[in-house]
Amino acid sequence: MHKIEAVIQPSKLDAVKDALLEAGIEGMTILEARGHGRQKGHTEFYRGREYTVDLLPKIKIEAVVVDELLDKAIDAILSSARTGKIGDGKIFVTKIDEAIRIRNDERGASAL
Amino acid sequence: MRPRFVKLSFFAFSGFLLCGLPALAQSASGATASQMTQLQTQIANAQTSGDNGWMLVSAALVLMMTGPGLALFYSGLVRKKNVLATMMQSFMMMCIVTLLWGIVGYSLAFGSGTSFIGGFQHLFLRGVGLVPDPAYAGTIPAQTYMIYQLMFAIITPALITGAFAERMKFSAMAVFLTLWSLVVYSPMAHMVWGKGGLLNAAAGGAIPCLDFAGGTVVHITSGVSALVCALYLGKRVGYPKEPTPPHSLVLSVVGACLLWVGWFGFNAGSALNAGTLATSAFVNTQFATATAALGWVAVEWWRTGKPTVLGGISGAVAGLVAITPAAGFVEPMSAFVIGALAGVFCFFMVTTVKSIFGYDDSLDAFGVHGAGGTLGAILTGVFASSAINPIFKDAKTGATLPSGVIEGNWHQLLNQFGGVAIAWGLSIVGTLILLKLVDVTIGLRVTPDEEREGLDITQHGEEGYEFVA
Repeated sequence: MHKIEAVIQPSKLDAVKDALLEAGIEGMTILEARGHGRQKGHTEFYRGREYTVDLLPKIKIEAVVVDELLDKAIDAILSSARTGKIGDGKIFVTKIDEAIRIRNDERGASAL
Repeated sequence: MRPRFVKLSFFAFSGFLLCGLPALAQSASGATASQMTQLQTQIANAQTSGDNGWMLVSAALVLMMTGPGLALFYSGLVRKKNVLATMMQSFMMMCIVTLLWGIVGYSLAFGSGTSFIGGFQHLFLRGVGLVPDPAYAGTIPAQTYMIYQLMFAIITPALITGAFAERMKFSAMAVFLTLWSLVVYSPMAHMVWGKGGLLNAAAGGAIPCLDFAGGTVVHITSGVSALVCALYLGKRVGYPKEPTPPHSLVLSVVGACLLWVGWFGFNAGSALNAGTLATSAFVNTQFATATAALGWVAVEWWRTGKPTVLGGISGAVAGLVAITPAAGFVEPMSAFVIGALAGVFCFFMVTTVKSIFGYDDSLDAFGVHGAGGTLGAILTGVFASSAINPIFKDAKTGATLPSGVIEGNWHQLLNQFGGVAIAWGLSIVGTLILLKLVDVTIGLRVTPDEEREGLDITQHGEEGYEFVA
């Protein structure tokens, strides 16, 4: 099992979600997040006062997938979240030791 | 149809004459005299009903300006951790000033006294009943006038809270504004609107200053006192290095729009009746507000590259402030000019001037109310028209005299400056003394740690937005 954490542009959420569902990923968790990588922030003006906002709104998608689906899921995110501009986000993959379904104590891949 | 109608009316009229004649012959003068008196009473009652209806609605509208209007406008502009404390400051003014007004505030403002302050004859509202007080408003109960004026007394100190937002102790705020209401507001209201007041244009004051709805009484006093507060308290922790952006402009837009609507009660209600002058003030209020919002947004778009929502609503409030003293004196086209000037002038006050001097007037109570109020008071002297409001009369002939500079009365400009100077002076001196007093007794500011944590938790033990719900 692997966990995919993808930080994406908020406007791409629907596209990524649909692509993941199509790739057979059935569960995911969405977080509203703020952050930045190499992308610079933007400026805001309030009554003439300039504020530099460097933590930009992002969406973070977390999904734990069985090993066979990992590449398919990554491809789905890459193709649906890419605009080609700085700020498209990143994907992180980690190994997962265990998954447990709270409702009935199921363990492993069947808990996903 | 027409000839028949004439015929019928003729018969009806003859019948009326024939029936009426014997009665008239019997008690000719008696019946008509009593009928006349009855008729006069009925007319007076009808007018009272009409005027009183409008004035009670106006009073409610002006209260709505403070809560929720100002409470929302201001609380949207602060950071999340101070949203409740900011609302509480406006809300508490609705309660504290009401109590104060009934006990002594109204008497000090509208009782007869000296040229500077009223006396104590209306202490605990003694003598303020349902009979009109012709010195103020002859067609509405004195209590309607009293409650209407209370709403002005509420919003004025509430406006000041914008200057010391996010750093003043709740206890200090309550004590300071209670005292301020008696030491600054009541005397100023007395001078401009009270019997025998120094600046009262309607009742022959020594310096007749035109202030229809409170440019000097409400906006200069609150705005200038706000500046004194900002200077005396000092900057917020981290200002201007750390960002302090508004946490919810959504709240501020709702608040500003409620202020706009409520302001019709403030300005048009200041006619003190439901007559034609109320219409003038209503139209001028709308015209000036719209142009001021456009003026602010336009100059901001040009200077910073974006037309902002906060600019739009700030401009609207600046226009409302500037038209306040002029509302019942000027022509609608003058209101356009006053609004446009106010929008541009206040924009430069809250951006350029504030950053040059570096004071932390957190929510721009001075930049909008102090600056806009001063501009409006002066422009009232320029644009006042005797066709809208024949306020000055020749003592002997009763003929209408010119009002403002556009009618050739340059002297009025001097009177306006006199009113402005007195309002500035009283506000500066009164506020300084009271701040000092509260500072040495209970202290004005929260500790830096409390300020970082936010006033909601440290002053009130609550949060505006709970994480778990």
